Amino acid sequence: MEAQTLYEKLWSSHVVREEADGTALIYIDRHLVHEVTSPQAFEGLKLAGRKPWRTSSIVATADHNTPTDHWELGIQDPVSRQQVETLDANIRASGSLAYFPFMDERQGIVHVIGPENGATLPGMTVVCGDSHTSTHGAFGCLAHGIGTSEVEHVLATQCLLQKKSKTMLVKVEGRLGLGVTAKDIVLAIIGRIGTAGGTGYAIEFGGSAIRALSMEGRMTICNMAIEAGARAGMVGVDETTIAYLKDRPFSPEDEAWDRAVAYWRTLRSDDGAQFDKVVELSAEEIQPQVTWGTSPEMVTTVDGRVPDPAAVTDPVRREGMARALKYMGLEPNTPITEIAVDQVFIGSCTNSRIEDLREAAAVTKGRTKAANVRRVLVVPGSGLVKRQAEREGLHEIFLAAGFEWREPGCSMCLAMNADRLEPGERCASTSNRNFEGRQGAGGRTHLVSPAMAAAAAVTGHFVDVRTLD
Amino acid sequence: MKPFTILDGLVAPLDRANVDTDAIIPKQFLKSIKRSGFGPNAFDEWRYLDVGQPGQDCSGRPLNPDFVLNQPRYQGAQILLTRDNFGCGSSREHAPWALEDYGFRVLIGPSFADIFYNNSFKNGLLPIRLTAVEVDELFAQCEANEGYRLVVDLAAQTITRPDGKTLHFEVDPFRKECLLNGWDDIGLTLRHADEIRAFEAKRRAEHPYYFA
Ligand code: SF4
Repeated sequence: MEAQTLYEKLWSSHVVREEADGTALIYIDRHLVHEVTSPQAFEGLKLAGRKPWRTSSIVATADHNTPTDHWELGIQDPVSRQQVETLDANIRASGSLAYFPFMDERQGIVHVIGPENGATLPGMTVVCGDSHTSTHGAFGCLAHGIGTSEVEHVLATQCLLQKKSKTMLVKVEGRLGLGVTAKDIVLAIIGRIGTAGGTGYAIEFGGSAIRALSMEGRMTICNMAIEAGARAGMVGVDETTIAYLKDRPFSPEDEAWDRAVAYWRTLRSDDGAQFDKVVELSAEEIQPQVTWGTSPEMVTTVDGRVPDPAAVTDPVRREGMARALKYMGLEPNTPITEIAVDQVFIGSCTNSRIEDLREAAAVTKGRTKAANVRRVLVVPGSGLVKRQAEREGLHEIFLAAGFEWREPGCSMCLAMNADRLEPGERCASTSNRNFEGRQGAGGRTHLVSPAMAAAAAVTGHFVDVRTLD
Repeated sequence: MKPFTILDGLVAPLDRANVDTDAIIPKQFLKSIKRSGFGPNAFDEWRYLDVGQPGQDCSGRPLNPDFVLNQPRYQGAQILLTRDNFGCGSSREHAPWALEDYGFRVLIGPSFADIFYNNSFKNGLLPIRLTAVEVDELFAQCEANEGYRLVVDLAAQTITRPDGKTLHFEVDPFRKECLLNGWDDIGLTLRHADEIRAFEAKRRAEHPYYFA
């Protein structure tokens, strides 16, 4: 048989039928649901007199709108509360494999709870009305974000209408330097290929530097595939994947486990498989990254400077840069390390897992929040992550440093709840989007790794985490 | 879904690349559990000088005079000219809902983000990819001529400029058919329910652990 890419294997094992123009019906194994993009879908279903096709495919949670402090007060904002209550009513009426409602001990960000409960398994198709569904591709599955009409379509038919993507291999070879993390890899990739570089592609991340990453690191990378324009990112299955999944609540057991593992081991690109595009990076050359603009591709290394639009010839790009710098309140040629921050956010589906918190705690230990930093929020990705961190005493390190230790949720990643930036405030953030207004109207976001965010919190400005002793 | 056949519409130019869905519809409006009513908040942060709140009456809010869509000459525009990677960012369908509710039926640009592109078709909004050169020309003509209109014919896959020049565009046959007829995807898919059931049964037998 001809050598196949992982994407081709996943695709062909899910095609129910195909139209003449290549539009295919793809079967969906796992449907993750949250409160923001599902109410209109459930309503549409009801209006059409349709029933969900297979509710045991559904794993649901409330994450985007939920507060991260004072849970005893419930959800104060009435509009947010209505959305969460609507999810509650819909899921309780339809049924599901699992539902982790607001304040449940396993509640959390949808892209954190799926994997940690073993609800995301290799070989699956995974969808969610959320673009960062690409995260789950770290497990060798085909996972991508869908819109609300598609959420309704999956609810009603258990399928998605899709056209096959082109394939791209992003290969990162070599060993990462000390203090350089998965987040820096993916920001460097986006800096290289641009935010539209992956449009129309499914990206597979490979090479020795990716293989060496933990599942948490791989999730960070696949999470931001969408920031490179690719709906799906993925990593082939190996022993790291399998070890992570063993004994998770929804992982198969006993004989079923052995049978599953035998299949999962085939879920990697064959030697000699052809990709439509290959991009190579050397891990040794990757430095800690900091974004300076309002798009994730506007990124540089911590020892770099804010670029000068005057040096750019393409007029659309030049104006885009100038507009970004104006919004960000930055002068061209300013050294990155001279940029002071007002807030720090450690959290989001990109970087709120246990390893991320360990990384941030290692930098924070024995240090305190800089005087010019108004607030540092540490928001674990789920209730399970929170308790694990507390068992390890990480929360004490954060609290001793003057950081806030919050309840799980999306929080200031998109500021739909009360956690947000004030206009003009500048934030070092471990999230995934630095768009205008993303963390609060007028707020200025710089994307960094958890270690770099913690370093900014204790020094008050961006600093190369490797230079802290 | 509203069918789309031919549109003769006023054009407005939004001369920016990477217009993201947070800009098209800021997150505070995502709390709505309805599909409609997002139009007054399309491009909210660029369009108004104050910070908008969900449920607010927008008619008395201070408009940003520098935002292109606020110029009198572009009122009533149904075709939006854009630059590369329009609609990047989140999967929120509130973005096409807001654009459609604002009055747009056609978007023209060199490229669109995948999820946004897909979402548009499901809501009677036609995103059209043209070459960068063709888009540049449309921007130049639109900005130079007040009342600039284009005729978009989906069946023929053409855009006709006021100077008589016709541009051809590509669209997937399946999407085109659905949009021309205003067909609901779900109804179409459910015609294949037997095939889906057969596939599901086979998958369940081969991989029971996905059906726990
Ligand atoms: S953490 Fe941020 S990016 Fe992730 S799902 Fe929540 S809002 Fe979306």
